[in-house]
Amino acid sequence: MNSGMNPLLLVTFFPLVGVLLILLYQKTWKSAIRWTALITSLVTFGLSLWMLSMFDPADPNIQMEINLPWFNLGGNQIGFHLGVDGISILMVLLTGFLTPIALLSTWKAVEDRIAGFMAFFLMLETGMMGVFLSMDMALFYIFWEFTLIPMYFLIGLWGSKRRVYAAIKFVLYTMAGSLLMLAGILWVGLQYGGFDLTKMDASLIPLSAQLWLFAAFGLAFAIKVPMWPLHSWLPDAHTEAPTAGSVILAGVLLKMGAYGFLRFNLPLFPEATLKLVPWMAALAVIGIIYGAMVAFRQKDVKRLVAYSSISHLGFVVLGIFALNQQGIEGAILQMVNHGLSTGALFLIVGLIYERRHTRELEEFGGLWKVMPVLGGLSLVVMLSSLGLPGLNGFVGEFSILLGAFNSDFLASPWFAGVATIGVILAAVYLLHMFQKVFLGPVTKEENLKLKDLSLREILTLAPILVVIFWIGLYPKPFFLLMSPAVEKLTTVFQTLALAAH
Amino acid sequence: MTIIDLFSILPVLVLVVWALFLLLADLWASRKLPGLTPILAVVGLVCSLVVSIVQVGKPQSSFGGMIHVDGFSVFLNILFAITGIAAVALAYESFKNLKIQRGEYYVLLLFSLSGMMLMGAAGDLIVIFLALELLSIPLYIMAGMDFNRLESKEASLKYLLLGTFASAIVLFGTAFIYGAAQTTNLYEIALAVNLAEINWTLFIIGAALLVVGFGFKVAAVPFHTWTPDVYHGAPSSVTAFMAVGAKAAGFAALIRVFSLDFTVLSENLTAVFWALAVLTMIVGNFTALAQKNLKRMLAYSSIAHAGYILMAFVAFGNEAVRADSIASALFYLAAYAATSIGAWAVLIAVEREDASRNEIEHLAGLGKTAPLLAAAMTVFMLSFTGIPVTLGFWGKFYLFRTAIQGGNIILAVIGLLTSLVSAYYYLRVVVKMYFQEGDVKVSQKGWSLVVAVVAALIVLGLAFIPELLYKFAASSLIIG
Repeated sequence: MNSGMNPLLLVTFFPLVGVLLILLYQKTWKSAIRWTALITSLVTFGLSLWMLSMFDPADPNIQMEINLPWFNLGGNQIGFHLGVDGISILMVLLTGFLTPIALLSTWKAVEDRIAGFMAFFLMLETGMMGVFLSMDMALFYIFWEFTLIPMYFLIGLWGSKRRVYAAIKFVLYTMAGSLLMLAGILWVGLQYGGFDLTKMDASLIPLSAQLWLFAAFGLAFAIKVPMWPLHSWLPDAHTEAPTAGSVILAGVLLKMGAYGFLRFNLPLFPEATLKLVPWMAALAVIGIIYGAMVAFRQKDVKRLVAYSSISHLGFVVLGIFALNQQGIEGAILQMVNHGLSTGALFLIVGLIYERRHTRELEEFGGLWKVMPVLGGLSLVVMLSSLGLPGLNGFVGEFSILLGAFNSDFLASPWFAGVATIGVILAAVYLLHMFQKVFLGPVTKEENLKLKDLSLREILTLAPILVVIFWIGLYPKPFFLLMSPAVEKLTTVFQTLALAAH
Repeated sequence: MTIIDLFSILPVLVLVVWALFLLLADLWASRKLPGLTPILAVVGLVCSLVVSIVQVGKPQSSFGGMIHVDGFSVFLNILFAITGIAAVALAYESFKNLKIQRGEYYVLLLFSLSGMMLMGAAGDLIVIFLALELLSIPLYIMAGMDFNRLESKEASLKYLLLGTFASAIVLFGTAFIYGAAQTTNLYEIALAVNLAEINWTLFIIGAALLVVGFGFKVAAVPFHTWTPDVYHGAPSSVTAFMAVGAKAAGFAALIRVFSLDFTVLSENLTAVFWALAVLTMIVGNFTALAQKNLKRMLAYSSIAHAGYILMAFVAFGNEAVRADSIASALFYLAAYAATSIGAWAVLIAVEREDASRNEIEHLAGLGKTAPLLAAAMTVFMLSFTGIPVTLGFWGKFYLFRTAIQGGNIILAVIGLLTSLVSAYYYLRVVVKMYFQEGDVKVSQKGWSLVVAVVAALIVLGLAFIPELLYKFAASSLIIG
């Protein structure tokens, strides 16, 4: 892109325009603040679509690059280097898509300090976009750490009862990983000539160093995903965060971890990746089963959905470490799918919570009779989450399992075999939840008077449902976007495997 | 003594002469215009700052090698002058609040600053000792400025006793070095070392004593025990000045002396500095974790930050890393100075007339009652933790990079993990301010607010253009 405007810069920083406007408003202009935030995020989504229109799906390389020197630290150039490729483009679109939806869900739910809420939310969007678009490790780290600040405040200020505990736990957990990643970044930068990802040559890094670096980066990403046994921050953060925060946390922030594996660990430390594949896959499978089983035992709906995330993200990690076309493509698509279905599940929990101010499973039952519209929409979302054919979840999970079965690197069909049990368990806990909440007779007095969804609330869920059906019925355009880039990524492993034979 | 000699120490000279003039002016002003003395003090500091800036890029040696004006000393001079200006502003507000307005305070402040500046430019162990005394003695008095309060008196006495002890150790070390090399001039010592014309036993004892003496001044563990009590007892504005100025001066001496003269001993000293850095980071951060008082928490956090700077300095013997080692220490000192002054300014704004209400508890609700102060404090806490986008992040980024470059990966990892610990107690301040209700009453005006906001803008603004500060720090090499 030599001529014309570059969309990446705008996609990343346009939300800050909204922040600026909101901070200039009077505190009492509540609806102006809401509309400004919503419009800003919609424009950002529009900008990300503009980026999509300029994206060439056939090109496996980084596109629409912006590479400006930022500054030179002791001989290391730190560049302001943005770019997009087939691996990150869906993440950028997902971020752009989910942010306005999350904001729309706060219309009635957030009344207190609304300017702060919206400002932090839009700052968070900038941070997330930056993470997915950075092509310089130092810049990536800055955006990565920066997302902590708004999320910390979103949980800590607008969360529910144990919010302070959850906010601090979230920050400390994430920082524990990312500080070691910083050590890794600095080391790579010093040893292998700089922080620019596109100039990095993996073959220069010896295996012993790769293993350490894989661990340093991998820990940060594994905490973010989160992989078992580093997951314990997630149920707290998800449960205590406000609805919109949970949507973005599950929808986008967790994907930053999985994306990190794809962007750093796989291409930069391929030999270490090959060595550690069985371990990573084993942790992923444990996560799938563990998350599902714990989810089944939850009494709090939101906690149930939170644990289901651990299970679902286990599939994503398994797909990534299948290291073949199907596995990684499935993983990327499943990242989008999980963002949509779990995002929608959190929205539904939020809608119920706004009406009943409780999330205990025992308090509900028979809601279908009182709120048929919500019931119908929830059924679709739930089925998408458990992977019913024809809906999006199936496509992703199927592709991942296929990849894991056929993988030359996992070297055992048992990983995929055990993971399949996770699909069944997902059906168990999700149907259990649906039954407890929506089916059966209405047992509680309070539930009889609940109002069904308003037009705005339907509008929040509708776009997600459209995409759920779209991916479920015709996923080809999504696969087309990523396949050249994934192919480029997987060839590295094929050549390495060939060389080893 | 020539005109050139005088020109080389002009920033110091301006301060000393101005301080003497101020002493007389205050006799008259204290009755009629009590606000005049601080204003005049700032004028003197600005003059000194301008002179320092003029000296940028003009390295020279004067007084027969006793004084070395180079990038290093100029960088520190500018840092000290700006710190001084902020300290005057904070003292004016804080002392008015505590009802101990006294003009001689500003005179002492200028004397102390002149000692710090001299320390940065010292090319001789004797000058270092003189500078140490010139900067310390006024500080002993300043710490006891609020003499109606027992803690202030205690702080003054403690600082005096332990400070004198440390000065004596520096002097003792100097004597040993003189015995070993027959000179106290840093460059001649380096020469003697190169020619191996020294008595090694005496030389090593001297070096060890200097480590202890300077370790005391920068408050490195295990020479830190005076810090919490003195920082806590002294009036807050004095502490702000001490925590930044005295620490930077201590590092100035440490860096210059060791990177010039003791690189031969680096094989032995590396282990010593390694242990000092690790101890300082761990003890500083973990003890800060347990503090309930904001002043004590900041005191221990300042100990921890000394540990980070020491970490970069561990590799001082390595020729290839030394330039980065010094530059990253200076960069971090500047970042630490801006952040620290800001944090103390917020504390001063919250403090009451009787120097009470400085528990972390008392910040509860600040986010609602004083949003500007709370926002600034948040910036400082993030910068202390090293979270982007703040100057503190770049400071740590550069320090850790230097440590890794020097081959001290384990040290860097320890440093990174202790900064995770620090995240907990810094975030607790943010939790108090925003997530809890409280009855803190602050009038959002006055100099402490100005200082806090300006410091916050510097911490945030320079984070986007770190090259500005970095280039300046990187050019601040010691001319050897």
